[in-house]
Amino acid sequence: MNEQQHLDSLHDIKRIMERSTRFMSLSGLGGVGAGVSALIGAFFAWKLIFQQNFANSMRWDRSAPYDPAPDDSLLTLQLLLIALAVLVAALGTGFYFTWRKAQAQGLSVWDASARKVIFNLAIPLFAGGFFILGLLYNGYAGLAAPACLVFYGLGLVNASKYTVTDIRYLGYIEVLIGVIALFNLYNGLFFWALGFGVMHIFYGALMWWKYERKPAA
Amino acid sequence: MNPIGNLNKIFESRIRLGVMSVLMVNVNEEVSFNDLKELLEVTDGNLASHLSTLEENAYIKVHKGFIGRKTNTTYSITKAGEKAFKGHLAALEAMIKFNQ
Repeated sequence: MNEQQHLDSLHDIKRIMERSTRFMSLSGLGGVGAGVSALIGAFFAWKLIFQQNFANSMRWDRSAPYDPAPDDSLLTLQLLLIALAVLVAALGTGFYFTWRKAQAQGLSVWDASARKVIFNLAIPLFAGGFFILGLLYNGYAGLAAPACLVFYGLGLVNASKYTVTDIRYLGYIEVLIGVIALFNLYNGLFFWALGFGVMHIFYGALMWWKYERKPAA
Repeated sequence: MNPIGNLNKIFESRIRLGVMSVLMVNVNEEVSFNDLKELLEVTDGNLASHLSTLEENAYIKVHKGFIGRKTNTTYSITKAGEKAFKGHLAALEAMIKFNQ
């Protein structure tokens, strides 16, 4: 055994240790796709809210005495449907690009490390999901956007031990945006678009730049 | 002092070295035969023979279980295995410093 072989074995050890604990196929393009879905969803939500506010203001102008409290339950349902569509689209694009990257690397997309990422992300996400359902149930719909951001950020921090470390910083930023949004409830949609749209696109592009970009030939 | 003497002969095989690396970072966790096979990209027979060498040296523990009716064999590192692997790494390090 010469020195080169020893260096090779150290390299092997490092690579295998990393591959057996961290899921490295996470795709930056998937992040960009998820961010774009979120921005499109936020645009439709903004349009709905704007129309509702406009309709409400017209109603107040006529000061109709027969319907004093505008009914927001339809709007809440529509917003919930948009949120669900965004979730499906974001997960779909994220998964598709990650699957493609794993294929290109010749790795399995569903190995032990991938299961750890999903499991550790799922714990805060499920807690957050039920928390938000509780908020809606009790009529605190305005708190939903900040809660989404905070729980999602915590999920990312929790899962980052098992994937690329950049995810940890994305998690910190999501938590921070969520907390700021909590004290700016009237701009909830803006912060939601910032956290889920802009930050995903930014971090997705950053990860693509760092790990996936074809080196200039 | 010649540092080569401290290198562990058992870890000269890349597959055995790979198995130890995986088990080392997954301490307190059972790693299945299939996970090892996938991570190291080796055939069943090849992996099995290297695993039995490691088991004979008491570097790893084997647990045979079932998932439904299918056998599920998992592996974990022993204290002796951990010590041997750390010793091997230290020897590799010493070796590279020695040559510089």
